Amino acid sequence: MNIHEYQAKQLLAQYGVAVPAGAACKTVAEAKDAAEKIFAAGHKLAVVKSQIHAGGRGKGTFKHGFQGGVKLAKTAADCVTSAENMLGKTLVTKQTGAEGRVVGTILVAAAEDIKKEFYLAVLLDRAVSKPLIMASTEGGVDIEEVAEKHPEKIVKEHIDPLIGFKDFNGWKIASALGLSGDLAKQAVKLVGAVYKTWWECDAAMVEINPLCICVGPDGKEKLIAVDAKIGLDDNALYRHPDIQAMRDLAEEAPLEIEASKYALNYIKLDGSIACLVNGAGLAMATMDIVQHFGAMPANFLDVGGGASKEQVTAAFKIILSDPNVKGILVNIFGGIMDCNVIATGIVAAVKETGLKLPLVVRLEGNNVVAGKKTLAESGVAIINGDTMSDAAQKIVKAVGK
Amino acid sequence: MSILVKPNTKVLVQGITGSFGARHAQLSIDYGTQIVAGVTPGKGGQFFEHGGKKVPIFDTVAEAMKQTGATASAVFVPPPFAADAILEGADAGLDLVVAITEGIPVRDMIRVKRAMQGNTKTRLIGPNCPGIVTPGEGKDSHGGCRIGIAPGYIHKKGNIGVVSRSGTLTYEAVWQLTSRGVGQSTCVGIGGDPVNGTSHLDVIKLFNDDPETTGIIMIGEIGGSAEEEAAEWIKANCKKPVAGFIAGSTAPPGRRMGHAGAIVSGGKGTAAAKIAAFKDAGIGIAVTPSEMADTLLKMM
Repeated sequence: MNIHEYQAKQLLAQYGVAVPAGAACKTVAEAKDAAEKIFAAGHKLAVVKSQIHAGGRGKGTFKHGFQGGVKLAKTAADCVTSAENMLGKTLVTKQTGAEGRVVGTILVAAAEDIKKEFYLAVLLDRAVSKPLIMASTEGGVDIEEVAEKHPEKIVKEHIDPLIGFKDFNGWKIASALGLSGDLAKQAVKLVGAVYKTWWECDAAMVEINPLCICVGPDGKEKLIAVDAKIGLDDNALYRHPDIQAMRDLAEEAPLEIEASKYALNYIKLDGSIACLVNGAGLAMATMDIVQHFGAMPANFLDVGGGASKEQVTAAFKIILSDPNVKGILVNIFGGIMDCNVIATGIVAAVKETGLKLPLVVRLEGNNVVAGKKTLAESGVAIINGDTMSDAAQKIVKAVGK
Repeated sequence: MSILVKPNTKVLVQGITGSFGARHAQLSIDYGTQIVAGVTPGKGGQFFEHGGKKVPIFDTVAEAMKQTGATASAVFVPPPFAADAILEGADAGLDLVVAITEGIPVRDMIRVKRAMQGNTKTRLIGPNCPGIVTPGEGKDSHGGCRIGIAPGYIHKKGNIGVVSRSGTLTYEAVWQLTSRGVGQSTCVGIGGDPVNGTSHLDVIKLFNDDPETTGIIMIGEIGGSAEEEAAEWIKANCKKPVAGFIAGSTAPPGRRMGHAGAIVSGGKGTAAAKIAAFKDAGIGIAVTPSEMADTLLKMM
């Protein structure tokens, strides 16, 4: 699960990470209020940031023509203008796709006087199964590009999960970033706090880009997390009801939300062949074989190991509500589950949904003969696929007609 | 021969009284596997009964091992308690702990993995895996050792080793082999989580050393770099033909494809990179998942 920037900053602040003063606002009035407080506190500049999960907000464009999902403001009135143009409006960025995302919340915050930008992240290093802190002097830019062109500019520090973060880990990072004196001390504390956020919240990733040296109104230099992103480990959400409450359903595809109600793992894609498969690996492989034979999959759909008639029917309904779908490929390897039960479920689902599109079913495994007989005698137009390859070719051909 | 487990391996089931654990303990007993004990804390002294067999239940793995001589376990314990169950198996000194449970938090597994570092006695397979099968000699491979949730009857005793992260894709490969009259030495599902106990490479090394295994099918998927590491080792060291398939060529970046570990992030873990590593290592590439068995058989 992903959360918004303002939510990530709330979590980080709870662990002692400095973030710019500001407030999340859902109305223009709230934005006006927040802006006035920021200017009253002596800040010269504020920033209004659209809260959507996709990146590229700054360079994005709203559908009604307003430029930029992140805007600087010199006065509270400027903040209000931006708020009016963002709230309830649709922002299109390079990551949202053409449909864009509706901005439901904006973050109005003090715009800091930035002297230098760094990159800081905590994530799992799968190769060694240990937490990894990554930092770079190249902040505020695309870190993947830095990793590719200047790998030497990325500092990596593994943390022993049984011991946790120790100050020396922080000093190694501060020193590699070229920090000294008070700023180095601040960095040690901050990196430790970011690590603690990652660990205690069961995050998949915490990314602060940029982490900035900012000059305060008093002239003192301070390390502040100017932007932040947190992704959570879905498997651990049961331990964090407070974080679960941060879920924003508006950021998720409606069909995926509907699928999750039936314990179906569904991801919408752009192709025309819908796939209904048991098992994640087989579901991916089914998508691949559809592409291999010249069409594109409309979705990933894993109905799980014990797909019931209700699940299969729900799966058909979800698939059919995607207007791009021109044909359906069902691929079931019934290891333990009875193919005949699945076949009965498919027939019932076809009848209930009044399916008109071509349907190819490939059944294999336990009680497959009875399953195929049920399909054949159902009176429903089902094309039988003997192998994955045969089934994929048949559906691609049927749709191509 | 086989790797990791033999038909006479004595197996205990952690979580045998839960519905999932009970169902698969029954299927393993039906398959002829030596299920000798169950472990459910608080239910010690009771029995798990199936098909005329009375399997004693113990409160601890240590007690179950002492009383029954079990050396391997299947973990069906629910996610919040699964890490504890794995650590108990390692603490008791089992040779093999196979964690079937799906949905264990990554943080729990990071700690388990670190705690088991340097433990040369206990091997962990999984979590979030279909388990392991060494087929038996009876009808439909009856009499083999089945730890986990794989359908036993699709197997056939023979000489091909299969290793995969995914369950159903393993069954697909096994079934392709069996349908062509080709048997398997052992089939290992290592699981779809980002942190697991045994890697592709660990299993490949075991197959390479097993005199009865003459060919290997390795099935991978997007995410991480375990397939690339295995390929690099195979290129330099493997004496046996290896065929491979990578699932997820069509998966969009940044999206988890069912398995917690199946994600392309930051341009890493793509199917294209893994397929290139396979090709470079001389591994036969199954262009579609329908050709996993045929690709290997052509090489042999």
